Amino acid sequence: MKIDEKLALDAFKTDKESHIIIRHEVCRKQCTAKHCLFVCPGHLYSYNEELNEIVVEFAGCLECGTCMVACQEGAIEWVYPRGEYGVQYRYG
Amino acid sequence: MDKIDVVIVGGGLAGLACAYRLADKGLQVIVVERGDFAGSKNVTGGRLYLMPIRSLVGDMLDDAPYERKVVRERWSLLGKGNSLNIDFTGERFRGEDHSYTLLRARFDRWLSEKLMSKGVFVIPRYRVDDLLWEGDCVAGIRAGSEEIAAHVVVAADGVLSFMAKKAGLKQKMTPKNYAVGMKEVIELPEEKINDRFNVNSNEGCAQLFLGDVTQGIFGGGFLYTNRDTVSVGIVAGIQGLMKKVPPIEVHTLMDAFKEKYEIKRILEGGNLVEYSAHIIPEGGYKGISKVYGNGIVVVGDAAGFALNMGVTVRGMEFAIASGVIAAETIVAAKEADDFTAQTLSGYEKRLRETFVLKDLAACEEMPEFLDNESFFSYYPDNFSGFLEKIMWFGDGPKEKIGATLWKELKGSGMLSFKRLKELYNIRKI
Repeated sequence: MKIDEKLALDAFKTDKESHIIIRHEVCRKQCTAKHCLFVCPGHLYSYNEELNEIVVEFAGCLECGTCMVACQEGAIEWVYPRGEYGVQYRYG
Repeated sequence: MDKIDVVIVGGGLAGLACAYRLADKGLQVIVVERGDFAGSKNVTGGRLYLMPIRSLVGDMLDDAPYERKVVRERWSLLGKGNSLNIDFTGERFRGEDHSYTLLRARFDRWLSEKLMSKGVFVIPRYRVDDLLWEGDCVAGIRAGSEEIAAHVVVAADGVLSFMAKKAGLKQKMTPKNYAVGMKEVIELPEEKINDRFNVNSNEGCAQLFLGDVTQGIFGGGFLYTNRDTVSVGIVAGIQGLMKKVPPIEVHTLMDAFKEKYEIKRILEGGNLVEYSAHIIPEGGYKGISKVYGNGIVVVGDAAGFALNMGVTVRGMEFAIASGVIAAETIVAAKEADDFTAQTLSGYEKRLRETFVLKDLAACEEMPEFLDNESFFSYYPDNFSGFLEKIMWFGDGPKEKIGATLWKELKGSGMLSFKRLKELYNIRKI
């Protein structure tokens, strides 16, 4: 099963605004490794060549925090989604 | 502003256990939880060991909705193309309440409902944004424009603990000290689980996998049987993932694991119902944050109370124990009407007298010891490879077992200085 199909099994309530902010200037200036593209269990990070930007599909975030820990450059500003929003596990 | 006694940030096991004991002692307590209900943001592997917390919990866990009692323990070393299993069961494990599998969305919700029936407020959908301060003393919490003033804030907000960070108690989160866990919950009929794991109804199996699961990265696979689901997953060290060349997309480890011969048949016909992820403290004793300050204590994963001993993985009983012990310290602080760090330091003193910090301190060297690719590729490969040599009959005459063993020990480098040093280092753990 593809990762987006797996995520589709989970219950999400999506906020209008992202709880993950990427500071693109930091990515461009300091980061060569781009760990965020690999360490996210939801595979939510991608690189947009046209914009020269890292993009995150925050709506599928499992709220694990791995990206924040792996981003040594501090380019990922990460807070929990507001109350009411985000993933809601039924099994956990 | 009028202060309540205690506000607890996070409706996980540590926070709920803390609230339970505080309510029993008659303190005013509010639990705030950012999910739709307590447990809705929480993930475990997982199982709970009951013996260490038996004397602490009182009636808290009576009638708890456990999934299955673990009576069968399995370890699998997965080599490239072969595998070796250890399968253990014992009368004590079947007869006594040793450990149980559970699912957090059910379990934590149940405990929060039990708490509410005691008159404790558990407020859901409530994300805490900041701490309130009076000078250098934590004095409550703020969520949006709402404030709750309290004599003590309990940071029970999990492994990422933004509260401990805001209070200046948390170490910087380094990739070395954390692993990412991914889990799938797979529905299977109860009888099928009984048959496939050779257990009776209500009995279950816990299985850990080492080796060709994480491509040499610190971590492994796990499988726990629930009542009519199994929890199957992968844990991988974040630092190991970052160093991997070429890099691997972590979610693909999960799919490769489930495709392995050793597990595929067990899950056959199962229906995937949930995919989750969470990070896990792996820093052990050295990774623990400062656990108290003026008007604040830190409990459970938020403090870093988790212990990976390679063959066993523990966290939830540390969470419950630390919650209860924090509550007892807060009760004493209330009696003394003094909520400063000096009084709340009693929490850490008590932790040191119990298994929480004793077990963690005793395993202080464990993360260092396990931070070694050998355990995740070399040993699983060679142990199961050796079995293959013994069991396989080719077209020529069979070499004597002792000679095969000797040749393997030498040929695999098992007698090299590096391996003997690893063996020698076992004494430290």
